[in-house]
Amino acid sequence: MTEAILKVRNLKKHFYLDSPIPFKKSDQSVKAVDGVSFDVFPGETLGVVGESGCGKSTMARLVNQLIAPTEGTVELNGENLVNMNKEKLRVFRKTIQMVFQDPFASLDPRKTVGELIAEPLVIHKIGNKTSRKERVKELLEVVGLRGSHSGRYPHEFSGGQRQRINIARALALNPDVIICDEPVSALDVSVQAQVINLLKKLQKDFNLTYIFISHDLNVVRYVCDRIAVMYLGKIVEMGTYKEIYEDSKHPYTRALLSSIPKESPNEIKERIILKGSVPSPINPPSGCHFHERCPFAMDVCKVKSPELMDVGNGHQSSCHLLELENNPLSDIPIKKKEEEMECH
Amino acid sequence: MSDTLLTVENLEVQFRSGSSTTKAVNGVSFSLNRKENIGIVGESGSGKSVTATSLLRLIPNPPGKITGGRIVFEDKDLLRLSDKEMRKIRGNEISMIFQDPSTSLNPVYTIGNQIVESIKTHQHLNKKEAKEKAIHMLELVGIPEARKRFSMYPHEFSGGMRQRVMIAIALACNPKLLIADEPTTALDVTVQAQILNLMKDLQHSIDTSIVMITHDLGVIWETCDKMLVMYAGNVVESGTVQEIYDNPLHPYTWGLLDSQITESVSSEEELNAIPGSPPDLSLDITGCPFAARCPFAEEICLKKTPEMIEAAEGHFTACHFQTKEHRLDRKEGKVHDRSNIKS
Repeated sequence: MTEAILKVRNLKKHFYLDSPIPFKKSDQSVKAVDGVSFDVFPGETLGVVGESGCGKSTMARLVNQLIAPTEGTVELNGENLVNMNKEKLRVFRKTIQMVFQDPFASLDPRKTVGELIAEPLVIHKIGNKTSRKERVKELLEVVGLRGSHSGRYPHEFSGGQRQRINIARALALNPDVIICDEPVSALDVSVQAQVINLLKKLQKDFNLTYIFISHDLNVVRYVCDRIAVMYLGKIVEMGTYKEIYEDSKHPYTRALLSSIPKESPNEIKERIILKGSVPSPINPPSGCHFHERCPFAMDVCKVKSPELMDVGNGHQSSCHLLELENNPLSDIPIKKKEEEMECH
Repeated sequence: MSDTLLTVENLEVQFRSGSSTTKAVNGVSFSLNRKENIGIVGESGSGKSVTATSLLRLIPNPPGKITGGRIVFEDKDLLRLSDKEMRKIRGNEISMIFQDPSTSLNPVYTIGNQIVESIKTHQHLNKKEAKEKAIHMLELVGIPEARKRFSMYPHEFSGGMRQRVMIAIALACNPKLLIADEPTTALDVTVQAQILNLMKDLQHSIDTSIVMITHDLGVIWETCDKMLVMYAGNVVESGTVQEIYDNPLHPYTWGLLDSQITESVSSEEELNAIPGSPPDLSLDITGCPFAARCPFAEEICLKKTPEMIEAAEGHFTACHFQTKEHRLDRKEGKVHDRSNIKS
């Protein structure tokens, strides 16, 4: 097996609340990311899914060192980025770039597209004016825009085109890893498909590694090789997309999958509808964070927090149900029965 | 009483800015029966939200203006009513749920206050009765501890809970028509499933028709009986949901269906995207608005605007090549070289 390009171990980020007593650290904190570990291998796409507030975006920013973690390590090509000195970190940042969600907010409206894409090159003092211009032109063509667009301003472009500009900017430094934080959520379906096709093509052409964050399970299934499901700051299940979509071992993942809207008016869905919404991360429920919404919760779930367990094929899941001899989940099929019904 | 609840004929809405005029909605017609749900699907800028807000005459004027058409609700032409008469309809007979539950509630009033406001405007109830009714509505939409929640402020609620409150306000006066403008777009999938379920349940118990605006075909499959597909201010296809799913006719609908990522799409194959982006509505469009992106476009599409014709029973579409006599072959996702056609 090849060496992981990115190794994240026990990553934590706790945001402390304002303390009622001045100059004293509050004892209440939001545990946005609470002990996350995973590996990312070269050339693969790791998907991160979860509801809003589960810590997916915070995790992306931690991996990139845009915010400093409370605890844990992030190793990129064998070097720990946490607490690295600034100059050295700047060099390492070249290999890890980011594409953000909102294509309208992430481009400076006062700069031309050419300036925006050249900005990372200027910061890292790469090339001179003419060579940068060449590079910008080349990058624009790579993402499917015209080289002559470099003199225009962001407002002249549509959402999908702006996201292409963001991608060109992320590519400018020839990174190894790109973290895509909901890159297509703000786009219309027809344009979404264009951008996803582009991301997949670039991955093949430049051997990129993606961390792909999304709440859209269909997009994740299509784009990713492996998927991590997050709930309240923790990874509750992780495995290849096949394992997750066809043989999920966690009730939360099951519920997420069953809530995907129908694909046709004829489809009959057996839904696990969760009660309530994600609890507050300030006072998360005791034991397994999911027990209050879990239809299969047992007594042990209220007391003991389950650990991630290996269930074979690199598939990990954290649920007390796995310790039972007859797991109620295994009786519930994930695949719908529609196809069978059509056969008869 | 006839079974038709709402008829929209040739609705046109324009927005003026400076010297240019944007034709946001360009002749939309449809009708809706009692207890029926209609879905309007389209990309951003296709005019679906403008159509919905026009039904309640909520388009800000200026810059927006309804420049033509008729909206007949029961037997009243809404465009001819006085402002006072219109106020009696809004929130009472027709009500609306908006997309963003966090901005559509007033942050400085308790949610109880906001439900009572709607009840007291339209029903002759005293303060105490109105409060009881509001609490009952909160219970109906599945808010636990409704009595306690009654005096809480919107910021104390999560997104899904706020959308439930919005539904409670909208349904407080038993409206005959509910307009839902992307009611679940801002919500997580798990919560979206809850809200759609709730809307379906409530519809059965209080007999409301729904106009569902969405960009997500999945939501249409879940909730609607009929649907309209909109593109650049025009309806390009309309019919029953089942018919459009089984037998879509317009090339734009094909593109929309093909670009959905579904379980049957293998991650090995490329997605079928529609090339290009929608046209600028402030420019005059001659011919079919979809022609510039359409893989089947020919000379005539650029010159003549296609009319809505009944290509199959109850199934209308606006395409020059989709008639009763002539049909196009659907080539899934194949994009033809269109360089010879200049738009």
